[in-house]
Amino acid sequence: MSHESNFEQTIRGVAAIVIEELKLEDVTPETFDPDLDLIDEVGVDSMDLATVALVLQDEYGIRIDEEDYPKLKTLRLIAEYILENSPVKI
Amino acid sequence: MKTVSSLLDSHWYQRYQNISKLNIRSSIYDVTNQCNLRCKGCFFFSSGEDKVAREETDPEKWAAFVDSEKQRGVNLAILIGGEPTLCLDRVAAFYSRMPTYCATNGLIKVPRDRFADMMVGISLWGDEEDEKRLRGKDTFRISSKNYEGDPYTYYLYTITPNQVGRTERIVKKIRDVGLKVHMQLLSNDEGVDGFYWRDGELADLRAEMDEMLDAYPDTVISSKYYHKVITTGKMLDRTFGWAECPSVTEPMDTRNPQPRRLIRFIRWASDLETMHRCCTSATRDCSTCKDGAAHMSWIMVNKRAHMRSSEDLQNWIEVYEMFAKLYQFIPW
Ligand code: SF4
Ligand code: SF4
Repeated sequence: MSHESNFEQTIRGVAAIVIEELKLEDVTPETFDPDLDLIDEVGVDSMDLATVALVLQDEYGIRIDEEDYPKLKTLRLIAEYILENSPVKI
Repeated sequence: MKTVSSLLDSHWYQRYQNISKLNIRSSIYDVTNQCNLRCKGCFFFSSGEDKVAREETDPEKWAAFVDSEKQRGVNLAILIGGEPTLCLDRVAAFYSRMPTYCATNGLIKVPRDRFADMMVGISLWGDEEDEKRLRGKDTFRISSKNYEGDPYTYYLYTITPNQVGRTERIVKKIRDVGLKVHMQLLSNDEGVDGFYWRDGELADLRAEMDEMLDAYPDTVISSKYYHKVITTGKMLDRTFGWAECPSVTEPMDTRNPQPRRLIRFIRWASDLETMHRCCTSATRDCSTCKDGAAHMSWIMVNKRAHMRSSEDLQNWIEVYEMFAKLYQFIPW
């Protein structure tokens, strides 16, 4: 599998978690714009980020430091963060 | 999916962006168990909270404690008591380390050479008559002299049922000494006669609070949505109370399911070890609690719930701005 498709897959996986955890309506992992600003546009706050981070940690076996939350601004940035920090090559 | 920019025009979007990344994490600290007043209806003394912990008196322990709170991620210290100005060295331990707000009855002036821009909120319980009846003296006469024109001070006006129809005089008095005012409601923890909310009074008061905000926008720091929520106990289609309260001390919060809440919030007793259940007295009945800060926080932690319409989101922004002004994260 190419890196790009791994990356796309991770973005969709993250999208599914964000949709599920934040109970977002009228959006699917396929239609979720990976560059949409989660704070400025989706209205995500620090409690939301903490909730999502917990599930991402479990799902991808990574550790997300709280200081890194501000970096997790879009699905794309979250996916990049996961790929960079994953103990196994996804 | 509704997005923020689809709900707001450019003016409101800019206002949203000014506050959306503030990430305020507050906790509350009882600085001392002592006070130079003994108000009827004070939740601290009426519930015996002054007796649950022995005050820590070692300044080094206070300094180390504030450092550990910073480590815990707290970025706003809300100091209450008792009367914090009786222990200014403890106040200084906070002020020198993080943004600090000091609640006071205003009888002692915080020295501005030591605490240049510390936010000060002076409690006020009504006019001269109510103040004498509930607090034993007309504190405004003294506090207004101490703080006249101070840019980092406001009055926290607790409106009692007796005040309905009479708030304008107070607002004017505050304006005339060059200060701001934020309004909240008495919960009457000690059941003082004549200070219970009667049917219809809260609806009248809500209209009156709205009028004060319209008539004195440079003096009153508030929002009509906050008036609605605090006088009805309703937000969107939800009812305030224990199941919804955001201001419960996190390590003591065993609620299941967990509501949206203030992250890392703790209310610490003055021994720096004991925790209180919430931002007010643990003996208070949550179903009648009128705590202003808890209602404000309730709105603030429920941002996405307010993304159902432009009006709801604008209401949320106004409440967040109000909070940010009261703690000087944004200017008046
Ligand atoms: S001034 Fe404040 S702490 Fe002191 S008795 Fe009155 S309400 Fe309680
Ligand atoms: S008394 Fe008020 S602030 Fe305390 S837990 Fe109950 S509702 Fe919340």
